[in-house]
Amino acid sequence: MDNASFIIQQLINAIFLGSIFSLIALGYTMVYGIIELINFAHGELFTAGAFIGIIVLAALQQIGFVETHFVLTLIFVFGMSMAYVAFLGVAIEHVAYKPLRKASRLAAILSALGMSIFLSNGMMLSQGVSDRAYPAIFGLKGFSILDARITYGQVFIIVLSLLLMVTLNMFVNWSKLGKAMRATAQNQTMARMLGIDIDRTIRVTFMIGPALGAAAGVMVGMYYGSVRFDMGFIYMIKAFAAAILGGIGSIPGAVLGGMIIGGVEVLWSAFLPSEWKDVTTFVVLILVLYLRPSGILGEHVSETRV
Amino acid sequence: MAKSDFKKFIIYSLFLGILILPMVGFPGRTFEAVRAFTIWGGIVGILALWLLNKTVRRSGVYQRTATTFSPLKNTVLEKFYKLPTKYAILALLIAVAIYPLLANNYMIDVGITCLIYIVLGLGLNIVVGLAGLLDLGYIAFYAVGAYSYSLLNLHFGISFWLSLPIGIIIGAIFGCIIGYPTLRMRGDYLAIVTMGFGEIIRLVLNNWDKLTKGPNGLLGMSKPTVIYPAFTESGLEWVVYSLRSLHALYYLMFIIAVLTVIGVRRLDNSRIGRAWVAIREDEVAAELSGVPTTWLKLLAYAMGAAFASVVGAFFAAKLSYTNPNFFIFMESCIVLCIVVLGGVGSIPGVILAGIVLIAVPEVFREFQDYRMLAFGLAMAAMMVLRPEGLIPATRRKRELHETDESSPED
Repeated sequence: MDNASFIIQQLINAIFLGSIFSLIALGYTMVYGIIELINFAHGELFTAGAFIGIIVLAALQQIGFVETHFVLTLIFVFGMSMAYVAFLGVAIEHVAYKPLRKASRLAAILSALGMSIFLSNGMMLSQGVSDRAYPAIFGLKGFSILDARITYGQVFIIVLSLLLMVTLNMFVNWSKLGKAMRATAQNQTMARMLGIDIDRTIRVTFMIGPALGAAAGVMVGMYYGSVRFDMGFIYMIKAFAAAILGGIGSIPGAVLGGMIIGGVEVLWSAFLPSEWKDVTTFVVLILVLYLRPSGILGEHVSETRV
Repeated sequence: MAKSDFKKFIIYSLFLGILILPMVGFPGRTFEAVRAFTIWGGIVGILALWLLNKTVRRSGVYQRTATTFSPLKNTVLEKFYKLPTKYAILALLIAVAIYPLLANNYMIDVGITCLIYIVLGLGLNIVVGLAGLLDLGYIAFYAVGAYSYSLLNLHFGISFWLSLPIGIIIGAIFGCIIGYPTLRMRGDYLAIVTMGFGEIIRLVLNNWDKLTKGPNGLLGMSKPTVIYPAFTESGLEWVVYSLRSLHALYYLMFIIAVLTVIGVRRLDNSRIGRAWVAIREDEVAAELSGVPTTWLKLLAYAMGAAFASVVGAFFAAKLSYTNPNFFIFMESCIVLCIVVLGGVGSIPGVILAGIVLIAVPEVFREFQDYRMLAFGLAMAAMMVLRPEGLIPATRRKRELHETDESSPED
């Protein structure tokens, strides 16, 4: 493998990891923007999405659906996993966040953390402690650029994640609900006075954010080939670092932060001992919070906050 | 039966069905209907009980029974509350002291674990309960204590007692290291950063093979020793007694726990403790009233870390072994659960919660797997239904019920 192909390979890895972190970070950023609270259960929602993906995929494989209708399979897998996690997100919001909207911050955080522990252990009990293998549906077919092997699976995942981000941006900027979300994020009291249903807006946010996380979960499963009940933890911290780095509350910021964190991680693994790569992310997180807590795109783009 | 309640019941049941059936029903490749529907059925049953409870309450039966029994209940409770706390504490101390004489080795071991977690809970209570700084990486300080004793003992042969003060200082330094960059942060940022810090410590212990032997852990630390005078035929001799037996270790831990309770209690009522509470309530106001917030926040971290460090050293000495997997994030969550369920800021609450959360799962061993599931749910439920905890701290109770204007619907 020569230099050029190595660089391309690493670039693909970086874009992939970056889009995963971006998708998860978007969920954080949206929820934070609207209720000023970090959704601690987000990592578990991401894992739940990955598990539902496995379940749907395995079921479809058994009835031989995958061979005959490949595109429909993909739609089903992503659709059902996103829908399930959207439901789960709403349920969590209703049980753990809604009653505490007026309570102290500490209470809300602890309740969210409790939900996160509950979900992660629930998944451990229902899906087992060991790694679950993801059915490989893409195979190894692909093409080569300068000796760098790129599979169709990788291309699909990257394209889909970019598509999701663009759709989200359009939704938030142009649709009526998106406008309601932005208004609620900026000033809840004023938004309510203007007739926006705050509860409904928050519910929708808790559907969209987790659904994006679920899509990321399925992608991670497909890319790495296995899923574990506690994998959400590490992705959660990294995506959080991404959201902070980009400026929490800002949608372009989350994407930018995700790409940077993904890039840093891939660079680090390529040239330095990879067992320290998680430590690097944490150090980046702490440094960003210390030096510039508002993030790269924080403060001055407050009108695009969601 | 109110119609809206019934409608809610149906909607909740269906919703939970959607959530539970796929996740629980597919542990492998096939749908296990029995397992999925049993669990769903159980939860729907609980919901039905809730509906029943609501209906009965609406019909007014509770109020009637309450008026019949309340005089009796009140007199009993009044008598109970009038008992001086002194006696309760004395009784508790005696019970804890004679416990190992009645228990077998396994139960003593559980007792030691309980005491360890109580001290950890009390230490975290300083940070979370008094100063109001949410720390999700608290177990890292426990790890620091365990590893500093292990390394000092293995490399330099320093005894347990001598390494305690060194461990406390190292723990406090680590407390300040995490405290300093987070001084300006608020609740949730702080939580994530401390969580990340806890993981950094664990990863460093796991990856730094040369110093910590990585995941294999360190082995062969000496137990704590006591020296006592003995009168033998040749006159006075100093005998070195190594605390090997579980009984001895239990009493050592008991002493550590009692000292911790006294220390935390005195801190709570001191000038520093009141300053911490002031910071928790309103940092800006505290700063303006002349409270040196920076120093006090660092001090809270350092104090909390010091307590964890002591127990960590004890833990490493007790097992003569330590490895990074003892210090995973879930451990931090357990300690936080103890603080939260007991009542944030309340010392008796933390003690009670420590006993309940550590001892009860040991008694019901067959439900061991469901322990964290229940903890998580209890934590969320506690925050929604009774944020002041099992035994609320007096100050905290007043404060929470003042701000709690809108009570949750269900």
